[in-house]
Amino acid sequence: MTLDARERQRRASTGGASRRPPAPLLVPALVGVAFLVVPLLGLLVRAPWGDAWRILRESQASEALRLSLWTSSVATVIALVVGVPLAWLLARSSFPGLRLVRALVTLPLVLPPVVGGVALLLAFGRNGFLGRWLDEWFGLTIPFSPVAVVMAETFVAMPFLVVTVEGALRAANQGYEQAAATLGAGRMTVFRRVTLPMVAPSLAAGAVLCWARALGEFGATITFAGSFPGRTQTMPIAVYYALETDPDAAILLSLVLLLVSVAILVALRDRWLRGGTV
Amino acid sequence: MSSRGLDARVEVRRGGFVLDAAVRAAPGEVLAVLGPNGSGKSTLLGAVAGLVPLAGGSIRLDDVVLDDASTGAFVEAAHRPVGFVFQDYRLFPHLSVLDNVAFSPRVRGRSRAEARAVAAGWLERLGLADLSRRRPHLLSGGQAQRVALGRALAGSPDLLLLDEPLSALDARTRLDVQAELRTHLAEFGGPSLLVTHDPLEALVLADRLVVLEGGRVVQEGSPAEVARRPATEYVARLVGLNLYAGTADADGVALEGGGRFVVPDHGERGEVLVALRPSAVTVSAQPPGPSSARNTWAATISGLTLLTDRVRLDLDGEPSCLVDITPAAVADLGLSAGQRVWLSAKAVDLEVYAR
Amino acid sequence: MRRAVTTCVVLVAGLGLAGCGSGSSSPAASTTAGGGSSASASSQVAGDITVLAAASLTESFTTIAKQFEAAHPGTTVTLSFGASSALATQVTSGAPADVFASASAKNMDAVVSAGAATDPKTFAQNVMEIAVPPSNPGGVTGVESLAGSGVKTALCQEQVPCGATAAKVFANAGVTVKPVTLEPDVKSVLSKVTLGEVDAGVVYVTDVRAAGDKVEGIPIPADVNASTSYPIAALDDAPNAATAKAFVDYVLSAEGAKVLTAAGFEQP
Repeated sequence: MTLDARERQRRASTGGASRRPPAPLLVPALVGVAFLVVPLLGLLVRAPWGDAWRILRESQASEALRLSLWTSSVATVIALVVGVPLAWLLARSSFPGLRLVRALVTLPLVLPPVVGGVALLLAFGRNGFLGRWLDEWFGLTIPFSPVAVVMAETFVAMPFLVVTVEGALRAANQGYEQAAATLGAGRMTVFRRVTLPMVAPSLAAGAVLCWARALGEFGATITFAGSFPGRTQTMPIAVYYALETDPDAAILLSLVLLLVSVAILVALRDRWLRGGTV
Repeated sequence: MSSRGLDARVEVRRGGFVLDAAVRAAPGEVLAVLGPNGSGKSTLLGAVAGLVPLAGGSIRLDDVVLDDASTGAFVEAAHRPVGFVFQDYRLFPHLSVLDNVAFSPRVRGRSRAEARAVAAGWLERLGLADLSRRRPHLLSGGQAQRVALGRALAGSPDLLLLDEPLSALDARTRLDVQAELRTHLAEFGGPSLLVTHDPLEALVLADRLVVLEGGRVVQEGSPAEVARRPATEYVARLVGLNLYAGTADADGVALEGGGRFVVPDHGERGEVLVALRPSAVTVSAQPPGPSSARNTWAATISGLTLLTDRVRLDLDGEPSCLVDITPAAVADLGLSAGQRVWLSAKAVDLEVYAR
Repeated sequence: MRRAVTTCVVLVAGLGLAGCGSGSSSPAASTTAGGGSSASASSQVAGDITVLAAASLTESFTTIAKQFEAAHPGTTVTLSFGASSALATQVTSGAPADVFASASAKNMDAVVSAGAATDPKTFAQNVMEIAVPPSNPGGVTGVESLAGSGVKTALCQEQVPCGATAAKVFANAGVTVKPVTLEPDVKSVLSKVTLGEVDAGVVYVTDVRAAGDKVEGIPIPADVNASTSYPIAALDDAPNAATAKAFVDYVLSAEGAKVLTAAGFEQP
């Protein structure tokens, strides 16, 4: 075996052993990468680049994209406001039925989203057991409105945030919280000034996961919110409809969605990395 | 009845472990709590800080009840006038050094600017002004220890708790920081509780010592008293003495493990302890002739350990014994493990005291 | 995602339309006794076939498939229902299927021009009807009512035959309807009505009949109504060509026509 100069330099500077992965790990890893990347290549290869601009303009993509972006962002904000305290409760308190609550909260992770949509409809629909009173007392009907889109997305995406933040809270060193208490910080102050900043990276990761899941939400949305361009037709629904009539448009819409997701993920990642080292 | 300072009788149960210890510390006094791992030292501090509630007993500071199991009175940790320096420092990783030290004044109601001014003052006193903008992970161990002390003091506590404050430092840094810590503890007006397992630290820093073993106080006294007359095997080992239990009569002590020391005029009767410095024992390869030493006995070398400037011999005999001699003596006498030797000790070097 | 929608339709239908198939299939089932005549087909008619059919054919094709299996022992018909446009896309993308039954000529034409089928035959026609919840909360009386902003209406989206046909109806009647939702297929529209989430949905006559008393039908006068025709074809790449042809023949036979008529379809 030989070591080239670069590898010598790397091992010398990091003190690490060989970073060359053994074949039993490398091969499945490459298969995994290929499996995830090849379909995206499919989009790129099949995209009608020549007519792209015209097709996108005609497909009302911007309307669907705008709706998708703002509803998934609002869903993420709601998930943060409600989900972080919930995660804290699950991680740090004990009360009878805690395990049941945890199971229920994480249920949407494994539930087919469509089932979530049906459940939302039966609860908040015009004839749902809650929706009925909203309609009768306030004249509010939720289905087929952007509110319904946000609710469907929150329902499906919030557990991602809750699970991520709960895990971080569990793993966090509670010694810091004890230290803050001995320094005179009350429980809420400890949470705000010590706990939250310490789980900030996981909080951000959870929020991004939640946002990405909301952006891609399809089943619960189409079931609970229906589909109407500009009001409840999000990007994934637009892609699905377009696929039946105009596959070229569907490919382009998918690419737009992909581009937006990648751009936002990369932007956020850069920010965290900077924040983490300074 | 009224008293300034700390007056605590702490009873805490955790699983099968019971901590039941009473400690008092006057204002300005540094009380070291010494004990092996698992003796309940840290639990004691936790109870005083309000992190662990009492199962029995009470804690008073300057006549204010902080915790009383019989009445249920309990002051939350956040409302106790206590500064806590943790073994692992627990500096908040997301805050600069300045904001770490400013944390306590800030959460106790000062404005951000005021809190930072207080913190800057402490950093100045501790010689850390240059580091105020750094994040904790960029500090050396000694720096982090000083910041942790500054953070605890910046809240103007009435009581200072230090949990193994120097144990995470390397030997050289420890000496420097120890000297500084001694100065700051001397300047601090309230009582200080210093938990440690390092007897030297306790001897250097403390005015008084409490030794905890298995959740109970086994010895209490000034450092000099404890070092001279250890009450238990553990303390004896800490201060480097041979300790024997025995029964005293008019001119000697019959040892429980076998053997007898001749000690005239010791004035004790009944159950006693005898302490013997390892360096006070003489070793000879041959049975010694008549000498001033009143106690001579045979023993077998079971081990030799080189300590910096001397060799410690582990000897089986009646009684067994640790003896320190010079490396030169080891060479001259040609000592090796398994060899039979003769030990002698002067009666004047035997410290006899009641159990 | 495609599977998600199929699940959605099945599930919503299951919740909202429990037992919806039984109303139409029991009279049809009683006619199976005479179905033996077409069983003269050759011995190659055996094995499994997959039939892709428009969502509006759910009830009638379920019945027809049962009768076909009874008439040709040894055959198994697997049915997949969905929007004709979605099914057409599946066929042209090479989904392994034997028969395609569309709710419009347009979607069948797409399949034919893609070279996946030849010589489709029209086997039924369907006209539109307004479905409202039994209590008729929107007070719907006809097509004109749907133009009011107070009436929540669900339609198929226009790429789907039921959406395109509904659009023709509105053009004929000279009204502009602003739906609250455009659903992926006709059964989704119907389930939104049966759940009471909308005041009205424009669906096929056959869907209203299949839904029994879950919905109330408000007929659309013949002079403004529009129809869509249902073509069927065995696919060129059918894995089981003989059985596929036998199934198409059965749908076009008198027995098939009987089931379709009972469900409310008109003969072409």
